Amino acid sequence: MDIPLPYYLCLSAALFVVGVAGVLTRRNAIVVFMCIELMLNSVNLALIAFSSFLGSITGQALVFFAMAVAAAEAAVGLAIVIAIYRNKQTVDIDAMNILKW
Amino acid sequence: MESLVFFFLAAFAVTTAVLMVLQRSPLVSAIYLIANFFALAALYLLLRAQLLAVLQIVVYTGAIMVLVIFVIMLLNLGDEARIHPRIAIRTWVTLVLAAGFLSEIAYVFSLAGTPAEGTALAGGAESLGTVESMGGALFGKFLLPFEVTSLLLLAAILGAVVLAKKKG
Repeated sequence: MDIPLPYYLCLSAALFVVGVAGVLTRRNAIVVFMCIELMLNSVNLALIAFSSFLGSITGQALVFFAMAVAAAEAAVGLAIVIAIYRNKQTVDIDAMNILKW
Repeated sequence: MESLVFFFLAAFAVTTAVLMVLQRSPLVSAIYLIANFFALAALYLLLRAQLLAVLQIVVYTGAIMVLVIFVIMLLNLGDEARIHPRIAIRTWVTLVLAAGFLSEIAYVFSLAGTPAEGTALAGGAESLGTVESMGGALFGKFLLPFEVTSLLLLAAILGAVVLAKKKG
């Protein structure tokens, strides 16, 4: 039996919501970063599912570019985390309030 | 058989994702996220996206998560004191999101009685995700975005070096 498309979309939405919940509740900047990666991956799953069910290569090409952007984001994001840690000796996002008013 | 594999992988992916969010130690969180990425790679294989399944493991678990674990160990981060913050508004937003998601699932499964499109993979799905087909697309239709991606990666390398360099 083939798995229908809505099942993949439900799984993708579930992973996305878990990622959002992590971003909203966690306070460690690196864990927040990992939750963002999880959200990116859930969207990748939805794109690949649509691509396979529609028989079009465009979704998979988009996932390829999303992976490249995720790699670039990882490098820059972790460099920012290291720079913040060097200044404040913490990666707690509640301690990063210098731009708040 | 295939649906059995799908439900096992889906349950595994959701479980590891939830455990990742609930873990206090960032290192254990990272390990759970890696397990989640492997489940997603298997799901990509189930969708006949062979190249992306390999890239998922090579790029995400092999490069990005190694970088994340490296940074966690470099900074020697301890456990978070408390996961649930005193600010109730975040918890409420999370609850509202979860409720919206549940209603969405209920809506989708209420539609399941009607015959819908997308109950089977497209006919050419097997040959769609191969290296040959992806390469043809990337160097044909998507040549310009492909080249711009290399510029993006170059900018990311330079940015990471400049940001992480010691001021001096």
